Amino acid sequence: MLQRLLAGSLGLCLSLGSAGAFASTIYVSNEKGNSITVIDGETLKVTATVPVGQRPRGITLSHDQKQLYICTSDDNHIEVLDLDSLKVVGTLPSGPDPELFVLAPSGNPLYVANENDNLVTVVDVHTGSVRAEVPVGVEPEGMGISPDGKVLVNTSETTSMAHFIDTQTHQIMANVLVDARPRFAEFTSDGKQVWVSAEVGGTVSVIDAAARKIVHKITFAVPGIRPEALQPVGISITKDRKLAFVALGPANRVAVIDAQTFEVLKYLLVGQRVWHLAFGPGEKVIYSTNGVSNDISVIDVAEQRVVKSVTVGALPWGVAVRD
Amino acid sequence: MKFAFYARVAALAGRPGHSVRRLARRRGAPAPLAAALAVLVAAWAAWSPEAARAAEPLAVPIVYLTVGEKEPPPLSLVEPIITDKGLAGARLGIADNNTTGRFLNQSYALTEVIAPDDKALAARVVALLAEGKRYFVADLHADQLLAVADLPGAKDALFFNIRAQDDRLRTDDCRSNVLQVMPSRAMKADALAQYLMKKRWSHWFLVDGQQPDDLAFVKAVHRAAKRFGAEIVEERPYSYKPEARRSDTGYMQIQGQMTQLTQEVDDYDVLVVSDESDIFGEYLPYRTWDPRPVVGTQGLVPTAWHRSMEQWGGTQLQNRFIASAGHVMVERDYNGWVAVRSVGEAVTRTGQADPASVHAYLVGDEFRLGAFKGEGLTYRRWNQQLRQPILLSSARMLVSVSPQDGYLHQRTPLDTLGYDEPESRCRLN
Repeated sequence: MLQRLLAGSLGLCLSLGSAGAFASTIYVSNEKGNSITVIDGETLKVTATVPVGQRPRGITLSHDQKQLYICTSDDNHIEVLDLDSLKVVGTLPSGPDPELFVLAPSGNPLYVANENDNLVTVVDVHTGSVRAEVPVGVEPEGMGISPDGKVLVNTSETTSMAHFIDTQTHQIMANVLVDARPRFAEFTSDGKQVWVSAEVGGTVSVIDAAARKIVHKITFAVPGIRPEALQPVGISITKDRKLAFVALGPANRVAVIDAQTFEVLKYLLVGQRVWHLAFGPGEKVIYSTNGVSNDISVIDVAEQRVVKSVTVGALPWGVAVRD
Repeated sequence: MKFAFYARVAALAGRPGHSVRRLARRRGAPAPLAAALAVLVAAWAAWSPEAARAAEPLAVPIVYLTVGEKEPPPLSLVEPIITDKGLAGARLGIADNNTTGRFLNQSYALTEVIAPDDKALAARVVALLAEGKRYFVADLHADQLLAVADLPGAKDALFFNIRAQDDRLRTDDCRSNVLQVMPSRAMKADALAQYLMKKRWSHWFLVDGQQPDDLAFVKAVHRAAKRFGAEIVEERPYSYKPEARRSDTGYMQIQGQMTQLTQEVDDYDVLVVSDESDIFGEYLPYRTWDPRPVVGTQGLVPTAWHRSMEQWGGTQLQNRFIASAGHVMVERDYNGWVAVRSVGEAVTRTGQADPASVHAYLVGDEFRLGAFKGEGLTYRRWNQQLRQPILLSSARMLVSVSPQDGYLHQRTPLDTLGYDEPESRCRLN
């Protein structure tokens, strides 16, 4: 306990000493490296590589931005990394093989997709207890939460559905069939739409969140890239809902999309096998994790241009940014 | 392996009941309580809006067919002897289909037929056709497969071949009611050849088993060598009778035999062994006269599936399979799963369970099955062969996946594997 207090206060001193008003920090999970790479958002220098549990994939910040929750898939739990001390300070139950999760906008609970068990597990981050388990389709993965926290959307990869779950009753309200192997679900900031990427189907379905119907399907085409390689995974949409970014996996591209007209504006060449995306502060930049080339790409949002790449650990997968 | 002739209908139960039973077990609840919970959940499911709209689920019965036979045990003592190859994969496919089906009010069931001989098999299929069964997972040899596919009344049924690798089923003996899930020998030999050429291991020494299946693979290897520019520097037949897998100090004799078999060969890069029944090929690695890798039916092996495969979400399928079957997933299990999932995917997407709709969807442009191979799998229109990447695996590690980068095709690189449309006499669709 004393040790933890000391470590905590030391970390506090350090962060007070170094943090400017707009300093941000980028955290990247390295699936094969069993580590989290910490990058200074201004200098884009790697400041630390933190060893964590086996096969870290999905990562997300706690509501107060003091902790990072990490799906350590092969350890079958979630690790809690204290961001001041950069020490793993605890674990949360998750069920076997957690891959992706989403935090309630209020900061609690955490909704975890358990690929092995066809379940969504609802975990209380304060007590570390499981509040509920919701049976869903085969291989649940993508997790999106409405801005008001009332609706959870989970995608199941082999069932190819987006399940709309009431977060009060933990009951499924609707199932929307999308294209094959849906991997990611993202609500727009106004809560009106859910975007779901289908990796094998090669599309992004835009779902009306109230009607729970697909209103548009975005398709992709890059000259010289075979269609099967265009595999959408991570999605990020700007708060003003003007632009959306979609990571296209082994096509090594991030698509920039007009989020009003759904027209693809541009394909940005990033590293190899691009997985997930996260905006930097003020949505001025967006970062992509490039699994096979062991780096992240830094994309200038206004210019729609890749400005830099930063080498991280082995097989980078998830990314989160602390303001 | 039981030789008894029986047919059994697997549980119709969807997953809600299943997971509640599992939860109850986990918490140490007695079986009657678990059953009561399952009933409660079923009652709840009946109240769901989907159920209210259409009370009767769309039933999709599927039949697994095989003829009981004693398969030779694997030569290696560390390999498990598996007696439900194929069937276990089909069962998991049914469970996965039902997990999806409960959201769509569809229900899948498996009738398992293990016939004692070919005659009984035909009689059983006739009876099942008369009952209205139309989907068959055929874990059969080529002649058995063609015999049931050609039965009167089978014309509008669909048989998914999960076992026979014979190239003739893809080039000449095509049937519009047969879909080939199992990769052909030509696909496998091509997958291996592309990798060897990429490594510039282009000089091959062939050691050919003398069983008909071995010679069929030899033919595919010759074709692949010609196609991809490899040179066969030497070819030796090898006859070996299956003997006891266990024998004290047996290695001493084998060590000498394999050295003798492989000496005085012109310079070569790899030894390609053809031993489909697994009776001597496993003896070759590390015992050759020259220090050379062994590939083919042993050593580095081309296959539709391997337990070492955990790419593209494969971990989930492997874990789910081991939990349900109690053994690792072998190639025929994967094929069984793919066959049942093909039906499920077509029914889910079309909302129809009749074989004409399902067949049209499976060979149409829309069908794309997510099957842990990094891209959607489709069926070739001309011979209804499943297009798929082929794994190249050693006994314990995935080594590569073909097609290899750089082998191009105007349709899809997957069509660089096996008999392409102009090389096949089949024009099914």
